[in-house]
Amino acid sequence: MKIILNIWRQKNSSSPGKMVRYELGNVNEHMSFLEMLDVLNEELTRKGEEPVTFEHDCREGICGSCGFMINGIPHGPERGTTVCQLHMRHFHDGEELWLEPFRAKAFPVLKDLMVDRSAFDRIIAAGGYISINTGSAPEANSIPVKKQCADRAMDAAACIGCGACVAACPNASASLFVSAKIAHLGLLPQGEPERDRRAMRMVLKMTEEGFGYCTNTGECEAICPKGVKIENIAMMHRDFTRAVALFREESKAGGAG
Amino acid sequence: MAFQLDSRTPSGPLEQRWSKAKQEMKLVSPANRRKYTVIVVGSGLAGGSAAATLGELGYNVKCFSFHDSPRRAHSIAAQGGINAAKNYQNDGDSVYRLFYDTIKGGDFRSRESNVYRLAEVSVNIIDQCVAQGVPFAREYGGTLANRSFGGAQVSRTFYARGQTGQQLLLGCYQALERQVDAGRVQMFYRHEMLDLVVIDGRARGIVTRNLVTGSIDCHVADAVVLATGGYGNAFYLSTNAKNCNATAIWRAYKRGAGFGNPCYTQIHPTCIPQSGDYQSKLTLMSESLRNDGRIWVPKQKGDTRNPNEIPEDERDYYLERMYPAFGNLCPRDIASRAAKLMCDQGYGVGPGGRGVYLDFKESIGRLGRKTIEERYGNLFEMYERITGEDPYTVPMRIYPAVHYTMGGLWVDYHLQSTIPGLFVLGEANFSDHGANRLGASALMQGLADGYFIISYTVGHFLAQVKPGGVNTDHAEFRAARQEVDERTRRLLSIKGRKTVDDFHRELGKILWEFCGMARNAPGLKHALEKIPELREEFWQNVNVPGSAEDLNQSLEKAGRVADFLELGELMCLDALEREESCGGHFREEHQTEEGEAKRDDERFCHAAVWEYAGDGKRPVRHVEPLQFEFVHLAQRSYK
Ligand SMILES: Cc1cc2nc3c(=O)[nH]c(=O)nc-3n(C[C@H](O)[C@H](O)[C@H](O)COP(=O)(O)OP(=O)(O)OC[C@H]3O[C@@H](n4cnc5c(N)ncnc54)[C@H](O)[C@@H]3O)c2cc1C
Ligand code: FES
Repeated sequence: MKIILNIWRQKNSSSPGKMVRYELGNVNEHMSFLEMLDVLNEELTRKGEEPVTFEHDCREGICGSCGFMINGIPHGPERGTTVCQLHMRHFHDGEELWLEPFRAKAFPVLKDLMVDRSAFDRIIAAGGYISINTGSAPEANSIPVKKQCADRAMDAAACIGCGACVAACPNASASLFVSAKIAHLGLLPQGEPERDRRAMRMVLKMTEEGFGYCTNTGECEAICPKGVKIENIAMMHRDFTRAVALFREESKAGGAG
Repeated sequence: MAFQLDSRTPSGPLEQRWSKAKQEMKLVSPANRRKYTVIVVGSGLAGGSAAATLGELGYNVKCFSFHDSPRRAHSIAAQGGINAAKNYQNDGDSVYRLFYDTIKGGDFRSRESNVYRLAEVSVNIIDQCVAQGVPFAREYGGTLANRSFGGAQVSRTFYARGQTGQQLLLGCYQALERQVDAGRVQMFYRHEMLDLVVIDGRARGIVTRNLVTGSIDCHVADAVVLATGGYGNAFYLSTNAKNCNATAIWRAYKRGAGFGNPCYTQIHPTCIPQSGDYQSKLTLMSESLRNDGRIWVPKQKGDTRNPNEIPEDERDYYLERMYPAFGNLCPRDIASRAAKLMCDQGYGVGPGGRGVYLDFKESIGRLGRKTIEERYGNLFEMYERITGEDPYTVPMRIYPAVHYTMGGLWVDYHLQSTIPGLFVLGEANFSDHGANRLGASALMQGLADGYFIISYTVGHFLAQVKPGGVNTDHAEFRAARQEVDERTRRLLSIKGRKTVDDFHRELGKILWEFCGMARNAPGLKHALEKIPELREEFWQNVNVPGSAEDLNQSLEKAGRVADFLELGELMCLDALEREESCGGHFREEHQTEEGEAKRDDERFCHAAVWEYAGDGKRPVRHVEPLQFEFVHLAQRSYK
């Protein structure tokens, strides 16, 4: 089948970009979307042109590397699917598509369809963990965890950090991403001691990184390739509110020594 | 320069060796640790856990990754689970049994002491991960659940749905980010290590390329840790993530690190068959599926009927027939070869007859669709998305694919390579799996190395050297940097007619055909002629567009493929020299009457360790003899 692609080309973060039109003649319906771009890139290379830069790695929908907008939708039209798992059988012969990078202030474009999502790492570093040094863990079965809690924690932990939620949100909020971590750890007994601190620090960091606030539009949930639920955001708001009342950063005076 | 292959294995009773070794190790006092800089290359499970742990201890850690975040490392894709000798199921598991299963699964080609230590610390890994908040599967009573994996008759595999690697990596990533926040670990994302710098016989740093700006930089350290993953992508098509590569270990090899058993590659039996020439990678269907799925082919050759219309008595459940004791859960190398055998004989199904069925009908009948969905839902979904077929109603079609490399840089008991101060962890080293790795043991090994071993052994090394003493102006740094620049310039200036992928695909075909599931001398010799020719052509005729000063994915790929073109040759050479069959290395000349791998313990009960001898020169093969003091060398039997 034939596919027409309009792709955002941008040399680097400081140059302006523009849409460039490409026609691809023999696309196979069993190809993945990225394999279709591979074919385009091989053609461009043979012609001595620079191939289109896009991020990818596992091509199994788990590493969260891939992701761009197809006709204005992050990861394209199929629900619950990353773009690496999207197959050409979902498009029709002669279809014209517009590919753009994720757009958000906190995700500067690096080149073509590739953006910088390192703000996510900085949010995790602010508190998205359980403080436990190697070697100091108790015997695993000494902490029983309700199956429902473990299952719900796992639902939230399934987030792959691709950033589609931010790209979909009219406020470019990272609330779904942040809340998924807050819920994952907060639902487990191991995560309880740092629950307030975590919510406080991660939420503040999100704002500092230039992400917007959540106004309950719900685009993020609709677009999330891993089905992470908006109910996590409710939990984040609850934890944050509680933290505002109860949490104080550690006193420098600290423990006895 | 002859290698000193001292494995530094402790003596004495097996179960006391690791404690004894730890006791004898020197320590760096807490106040002195920050004076030592440790470079960790890689932030997958092995590198991430090492960097986090060394940071917690107070060393000054610099961690490099070509990815944009530790969470993208290939470890994220591991599906099935992680082994540990907890014996929570009360089914007779023990540290010794896990040790024995691993030694036997590896076809008696690994070091007893290392493997025992691995089994021993496996239990600590689970404790650590649970404490970090890894949401492992649980029973209703709140305790941890287990499943079975190949090569074992106990249930010792811990899992988080079909996303175990993801959850373990996220735990490790979070621990690492905590150290970043504490200022003890500095992360260098989107930095690719392109060379190792060795000064006065010691690893003293690395040269990297900033993948966004193109800048080439030098970094000094007191010790260098490589945890850069496996080299399965030499085959082009594999289950590895697209960007996995061998560059870091290959450059280290060329700087004097011995390469152990390069020919040991694992072909995984359950992957989705290839569908076309445009195919960019292969997708694994986790081995855990063999818990509930039954593998079969039609009894009649070339049977093209819809599988659901083929009656029971016309199906050959060949694994259950050939290996009644382990059935569908026999080890990977055996299951893969059996599938190849069936297809070679004409019983294969699907396009080109390159597939066998993995059928869940019986278990869905027995346990209900919901249970199967809970156990494997995401895998079934992935299968459907790729093939367009629904595995709940139509049996999956699967075929073996390259998956893992047991070979890697040689390391001693301290995980130190033949270059002092260079340590190698995770899939990048050759260590614990011998000639075949059992399922759910790679995650275990990566985390054992990173969380529980390297902290002691790197400390022991550092305690014996003074911190600092060299800087990036040193002649060796400048020379290495210049070589990197030179090579980059050369790659960009060829402007030939073929793309990097053209060469990579061709290399992959050669390796798959002649150094894949079954190997023989004439084939390997043929490959050893073909690969240098292809490499020659690469350096004449490749087209790498773009510039060195920009983000340039073609350039990144070109450098990696250039290394695969050299490594591929070493793999074939090693396969040719090892005139026996063992585990994943099957030499057709050496098989039992039933077609099983036939080892030659007289001549090959050793690890082969290759030493680089210069471009165009034949590398030198050294051996580390393997002593079996505790287990009896037997022919593996899973019947
Ligand atoms: C699909 C799949 C499923 C699997 N399932 C299981 C399973 O269920 N159980 C199991 O035990 N094992 C499984 N494995 C195997 C296991 O996942 C891997 O062996 C293991 O995760 C490797 O971890 P690692 O830390 O050694 O390397 P990786 O996770 O590959 O990490 C490598 C790191 O090194 C960095 N790096 C590499 N080269 C350079 C360079 N030159 N410069 C800078 N950085 C560099 C990368 O950025 C990355 O951070 C599976 C493997 C695959 C392919
Ligand atoms: S490439 Fe890994 S999620 Fe798409």
